[in-house]
Amino acid sequence: MMAHKKRVGMEVSIAVSHAVQLARAEAIAAYPITPQTHIVEHLSSLVANGELEAEFITVESEHSAMSTCIGMSAAGARTYTATSSQGLALMNEILFIASAMRLPIVMTVANRALSGPLSIWNDHGDIMAARDIGWIQVFTENGQEAFDHSIMAFKIAEDHRVVMPTIVNMDGFILTHVVEAHEMMDQETVDRFLPDLVPYHKLDPAKPVTMGAFAMPELFTECKMAHQMALTGAHGPILEVWKEWGELTGRHYKPVETYRTEGAKIIIMMMGSLGQVAEVAVDAMRDQGIPVGLVKIRLWRPFPFAELRQALAGAELIVVCDRALSLGGAAGPVLAEVRSAMYPLAQRPHILGYNVGLGGRDVQPEAFEELVRLAQAEVKQGPSQEYYFYGVRG
Amino acid sequence: MEKFGSAESTKFDTYASRMMPRDEFFTSGHRSCQGCGEALAVRWACKAIGKDAIIAHATGCMEIVSSGMPQTAWMHPWIHVAFENTSAVASGVESALRILERKGKLKGPMPKVVAMGGDGATFDIGLQSLSGALERGHNFTYLCWDNEAYMNTGIQRSSATPFGAMTTTSPPGKRSFGQSTWKKDMVAIAVAHGIPYVATASPGYLFDLYFKVKKAVETPGPAYINILSVCPTGWRSATDLSVRLARLATETAVFPLFEVVDGKYRMTVEPPKIRPVRDYLKPQGRFRHLRDPEVEFIQKQTMARYKLLLDKCQSPFPEFAPVHLREG
Amino acid sequence: MSKAWDQVTWQEIEVGGVLTEPGSARNYNTGDWRSSRPIWDKTRCIKCGVCWTVCPESGISEDADGYFDMNTYCKGCGICVKECVTGCIKMVVEES
Repeated sequence: MMAHKKRVGMEVSIAVSHAVQLARAEAIAAYPITPQTHIVEHLSSLVANGELEAEFITVESEHSAMSTCIGMSAAGARTYTATSSQGLALMNEILFIASAMRLPIVMTVANRALSGPLSIWNDHGDIMAARDIGWIQVFTENGQEAFDHSIMAFKIAEDHRVVMPTIVNMDGFILTHVVEAHEMMDQETVDRFLPDLVPYHKLDPAKPVTMGAFAMPELFTECKMAHQMALTGAHGPILEVWKEWGELTGRHYKPVETYRTEGAKIIIMMMGSLGQVAEVAVDAMRDQGIPVGLVKIRLWRPFPFAELRQALAGAELIVVCDRALSLGGAAGPVLAEVRSAMYPLAQRPHILGYNVGLGGRDVQPEAFEELVRLAQAEVKQGPSQEYYFYGVRG
Repeated sequence: MEKFGSAESTKFDTYASRMMPRDEFFTSGHRSCQGCGEALAVRWACKAIGKDAIIAHATGCMEIVSSGMPQTAWMHPWIHVAFENTSAVASGVESALRILERKGKLKGPMPKVVAMGGDGATFDIGLQSLSGALERGHNFTYLCWDNEAYMNTGIQRSSATPFGAMTTTSPPGKRSFGQSTWKKDMVAIAVAHGIPYVATASPGYLFDLYFKVKKAVETPGPAYINILSVCPTGWRSATDLSVRLARLATETAVFPLFEVVDGKYRMTVEPPKIRPVRDYLKPQGRFRHLRDPEVEFIQKQTMARYKLLLDKCQSPFPEFAPVHLREG
Repeated sequence: MSKAWDQVTWQEIEVGGVLTEPGSARNYNTGDWRSSRPIWDKTRCIKCGVCWTVCPESGISEDADGYFDMNTYCKGCGICVKECVTGCIKMVVEES
């Protein structure tokens, strides 16, 4: 284990830019959108000062940003971009294509609510509208994680057993615009951890290939099966990369993170930075003798079935906090997937879902204490609704 | 400005069919309709582009007829992503090649980057990404296969559809004489971006097309060529008339063949006598419903625009000075 | 893919659906489409190569003596007939 390294205070966006710089990204396409702007601005200045040897293309829309990234990655360059909210929504059709084409693009999504109404503040609406794009998707909850996972994302994406574009989610404003302490890495260590990209397929006149051919009904299903198997098969290589990082830095990451779940009868669940707030609440509730634990999904795609079921084992009540809606749907995104994952088990706990923190609404630790009380009351009398909005006036 | 000096055509003076390169880069076996003028244009453009190139292609007729899994008619490295973004994809390829070269990772000569798309993909849905790529000054060539409608989806009108033409979404009827607006002037839009080379080309003059594509890919910076792609299926013309119709389009001044080098206009094919537009409209079923007032309007507009073009060719000054100084 | 393409398994599909054999479209015989074919009158052919130039299919090939003739891919569009300089090509109905 390495000796404790110096931690540097900087805005998380800047830390992420440095991660991309350390990863030696070669081709960056970006379009500005709040709250991702600081990431691309800092990358731009790194390139302008020759501190990052890369092509930085200021495209004219996010749809073109992702399209340009596809061109960059297909031609064999290590490719990166960042976006949020409306930008992610605008590039939606291209996202499906990037993963089907198996191009190892890395993208930071600074999570922000989707319009309407317009909101520049944090929730998970943007990434939840992109659940099915077929990318690897990871959630981070603080600056160090955003930094770490940004570097690891390249290694995962480019692994020849994986070859899949990867998203690193970080909460907009709550992380992007906040100064935190980060343990940085030196270039030499990162170079050893992340060697040069070796493209799996490349556009090259020496060995011409056709990319993006269309598929008749007789072939489409098999193409998507191959995609599905590649995405679910990435689970092993992802854990390998995280393990290597853990040995390098002492920071060990898991697909499902748990906090004080030993003997927990009630488990609250969430993803992203809310997890940090919930830890405070869990401590407070444990002090009161309430057997509460916290489970956070880090690896959202491919979905970690085994790790989730193991983390939730023994709980009688699961309270899922969704930071996004599925309007008119059967449940919020995380609630739906957790219920679905738990359904085949012989013993099923009560699983209730609450929408919290939409559009950047602040969530204090006391909220989680109240949520647990509300959930317990609902279970006692029989749930009055399919799922709940927490903290809505009226 | 020297970086974008005009490419000279003098080194391209070969005019015998037998002396043209025999290698086919757009192979037989593609599923275009019989008599497809677009396929003919693609065939010759790909020869002009040469071996060391990468092509980004938009969704459309050519993409569909040439790239149905598991077969491909392309000998070039080729990528199709979506409908409206081929210029953005080409921008990405071009940028990646630049950084790979800078880092010493590029083996062999720097490939040419060529983006291709139909008129739908270029004039309409892809106008934004085209404008972005032209403005940023990427070293690439954009070839527009202009068959004047969304042919692949069943002949719907685009902003490239000529005035009065029948399409399935501009059908003639009791209240309509077909397409009610004049064809969008994409060449003017390209010229307005201040790029070093813009041209029109046609499968009616295949040598002119070949040498223009060659010039475009060898011109540093962005180049745009609008290529009239005769479509017997959509234009309701006989399959054996595709080359002849393309020639008539130029002879009637409906589709003049010219180039704009560093903002300076030059006619490359000068018909000795301009024929009446009726000669061009008559063999096409898509114009059959037009009455005299519409045809006269088309005749007037065509000649007025042709005169403006001739004036531009006479002008000693470039229309737009090249504005790109992309370093490195 | 050398297998019949409606028999291919998901494991056999190349990563990303990439096609690695350039020009594999040549395996598809577009000549099955035509209902008439061009015939050259060699006594009037001047071997200029214009027909070869204007064929959208690359469906015309040169033989050892320098004459041109259709190959298997000809779709029978007739452009070569219209463009032939000496008018030595004519279309005849394809035998069924």
